[in-house]
Amino acid sequence: MSTIPLDYETLRLIWWLLLGLLLIGFAIMGGRDLGVGALLPFAARTDEERRVLINLVGPTWEGNQVWLVVGGGSIFAAFPPLYAVSFSGFYLAMIVILLALILRPAGFKFRGKIEDARWRTTWDWVLFVGGMVPALIMGVAMGNVLLGAPFHLDASMRIFYTGNFFQLLMPFALLAGLVSLGMIVTQGAAVIAGRTEGILAERARRYGIWAGLATILLFGLGGVWVGFMDGHVITSSLDPHAPTNPLAKSVELVRGGWLGNYRLYPWMMAGPAIGMAGMALAVLALWARRRLPALLASSAGIFGIVSTAGLSLFPFLLPSSSMPNAGLTLWDATSSPMTLFIMLLVAGFFLPIIVLYTGWVFRVMRGTVSTESLGKNPNAY
Amino acid sequence: MTDMLVVDLSRWQFAITAMYHFIFVPLTLGLSLLMAIMESVYVMTGREIWRKATLFWGTLFGVNFAMGVATGIVMEFQFGMNWSYYSHYVGDVFGAPLAIEGLMAFFLEASFIGLFFFGWERLSKLGHLAVTWLVALGANFSALWILIANGWMQNPVGATFNPDTMRMEVTDFMAVIFNPVAQAKFVHTVSAGYLCGAVFILAISALYLARGKHVELARRSLVVAASFGLASALSVVVLGDESGYVATEHQKMKIAAMEAAYHTEPAPAPWTLLAIPGADGEPAFSISIPWVGGLITTRSFDKQLPGISELVEHAQTRIRSGMIAYGALQDIRGGSDTPEARATFGDHWADLGYGLLLKKYRDDVQNATDEQIASAAQDTVPSVWPLFWTFRIMMGLGFYFIAFFGLWFYRASRGWIDTNKGLLWFSVCMLPLPWVAIESGWFIAEFGRQPWVVEGVLPTFYAASGLKVSDLVISLGFFTTLYSILFVVMVILMRRIVRAGPKDKLLPGGEDDEDFVIAALPANAATKEMGS
Repeated sequence: MSTIPLDYETLRLIWWLLLGLLLIGFAIMGGRDLGVGALLPFAARTDEERRVLINLVGPTWEGNQVWLVVGGGSIFAAFPPLYAVSFSGFYLAMIVILLALILRPAGFKFRGKIEDARWRTTWDWVLFVGGMVPALIMGVAMGNVLLGAPFHLDASMRIFYTGNFFQLLMPFALLAGLVSLGMIVTQGAAVIAGRTEGILAERARRYGIWAGLATILLFGLGGVWVGFMDGHVITSSLDPHAPTNPLAKSVELVRGGWLGNYRLYPWMMAGPAIGMAGMALAVLALWARRRLPALLASSAGIFGIVSTAGLSLFPFLLPSSSMPNAGLTLWDATSSPMTLFIMLLVAGFFLPIIVLYTGWVFRVMRGTVSTESLGKNPNAY
Repeated sequence: MTDMLVVDLSRWQFAITAMYHFIFVPLTLGLSLLMAIMESVYVMTGREIWRKATLFWGTLFGVNFAMGVATGIVMEFQFGMNWSYYSHYVGDVFGAPLAIEGLMAFFLEASFIGLFFFGWERLSKLGHLAVTWLVALGANFSALWILIANGWMQNPVGATFNPDTMRMEVTDFMAVIFNPVAQAKFVHTVSAGYLCGAVFILAISALYLARGKHVELARRSLVVAASFGLASALSVVVLGDESGYVATEHQKMKIAAMEAAYHTEPAPAPWTLLAIPGADGEPAFSISIPWVGGLITTRSFDKQLPGISELVEHAQTRIRSGMIAYGALQDIRGGSDTPEARATFGDHWADLGYGLLLKKYRDDVQNATDEQIASAAQDTVPSVWPLFWTFRIMMGLGFYFIAFFGLWFYRASRGWIDTNKGLLWFSVCMLPLPWVAIESGWFIAEFGRQPWVVEGVLPTFYAASGLKVSDLVISLGFFTTLYSILFVVMVILMRRIVRAGPKDKLLPGGEDDEDFVIAALPANAATKEMGS
């Protein structure tokens, strides 16, 4: 262990930040494509219009989805207990997300290959479901994390999850799902409004304004709701350098406990503030037909909203409702220092490169997409 | 205790989703490299036909790639969903290569795949060529990290069990990366992918030539596929032999089962070509070639290849040692954490996995009876005959492909490409064979490792999530239905693309500036078929 130049506490904190970065990366980048998918049947009504939207995200959606793949892989590598509990506990919700993510690539790739109205309409609905459902369910999952998941651990660290799929659909979780859907639709609308012309851009602009306003309202409502909800608070001392063992602490449920961090660390208010301000600016920019500012503001809004969830939970990652002291925190649910350090080197090396070449790909594909521009490309979807 | 039905259903689901995913992966590996080669020829010679070939194979590649992406994410999520104890137990080691795969390889591949299709008019010739090579590079790096992860399941090096966290943890990451099993598997697997791509292109080109269509493109594609295929077939067999040799060292039971070697033979052991099992399961009749078995597995005249019964006896010893490790672990975690308990655990931890085999029979492993130990030792034997036969199918196909591509390579060098109609049609029929060999290979690798999910470290039944049977029935139902529908749709689409053939002018902006889709698939024909 002496060969690792960073202490365990620092590594754990860095990986918590990196996990947030990757998930926010997916929400912003993958959110573009999910949002466009969720708007597809509404913002675009003819085959031509739908082709424009599909080809708008067509060249980049595959790369954007890798943020999710890497997010999942990083939870596996850096937070194995979190990966084990969340993926097996939310089993059927995961299956629903997977169904959507299995159908989506086929929708992009298969739709355009046959020119038949029924064939294409079928895939349009697939793309709609493939965009809308993951956006909604991921929010519902986040809501359930704040509510605490019904799981406990035995002495050999085996997981017992005692809930079922329908218990995931609690009112607060559904609210969180709607916040997630709202912000992703705003993002999708900003993408469409930013890179199409005429009626498409106009429709997207209107949907975006309403989705943005709804997000602000629901997010605010969620904030008030959390004040009346039980939050988890660690009551024992917790050594951030200790080997991973979630059972070594004691936890108490406190009404409004998820707001405690904002009293302890007032700077954390930046999270919800950026979320609110970002969405408000996105609405304003859409209203004023300012293309790039709308996309940047809605991305900032997503950054703020997802951060708010993470900051409210800190140091929890996944609290347990049935055995609170088994709740997973960033201090007791990580990999070994060695693995965290190796993965930090790898992520530190590759993430900047990824950002650079992703930027280059977007630069190459820049410009508005229209029916005319599609006709020129033999590979268009 | 573990519900064995949940374990069995979880295994079925993993097997189905993994084998389905691996329909698309080898084609991605092979086609991406072949496309990069063809486009390189285009950039070097400037001849439009090579660009046309790149684009045409690229269209088929795109459909296949989408399926690979769709099914790949299931693979990643499934470890946590269905194998949560596995994820906890080995995530510290196994999660890292998966995450690195995403950061280093899949990001590269997936970011540039869009530019491959949409970047033709936006990039310079060299710029686009670079993009195609980056896609191929990404695909190959991806295979590397996935096989490092899988290699660790076969030969878990560079890690040790930490009683404080109750899991395996990395001690030497370089050992995990340079695991000889992983390296041998990687080169064997990517070679198989290249072979798959070569057969795909050769078979479709042969179809065109047999029908006298798209002759210019088909001839050129066939020549590239024949030479690339011969090199791939040679390397897949040679490197497969290497993979088997490495397994002899680390997975003796798997080798013994593949060879139906129930008893240790005097060195050098014969190699059983064919055998018929008798009533007791052991070979009743067999055709063997003297010496060959010992030579290929041990590469020596004097080293013995241990038989199944000797390995079972050895497993008994390790189970007894594992019981001591388990007892010490219970002490350490149960309050009597003494230096003596730690020392005992330190001496026996490497056999802890063998102790866990007893979990099938009782919870307090340290008190197992002799019969239970004997049963658990017997459990270390995988089903022999499925392995024996799939291995022979895979190996037979490997040698067959050398001959097949050798023939085509010879004919191509003589210029005898479209002279023999019978051979062309015969070659069309070869299309499914690479998948038969490849899926057999994965079957041997994974089924042959049973009862372990991580060889010697964690038994499969002990690694599953505590899901309900109904959860698995729902998910299995969803996956099989969806995968079947998508497979049929994909085959129909690929057939249409092949039937429509490459477009004569793919350069956008020229006089032939109609939409590729409309040109490739006549609208009226498509509508007619869909409507009927």
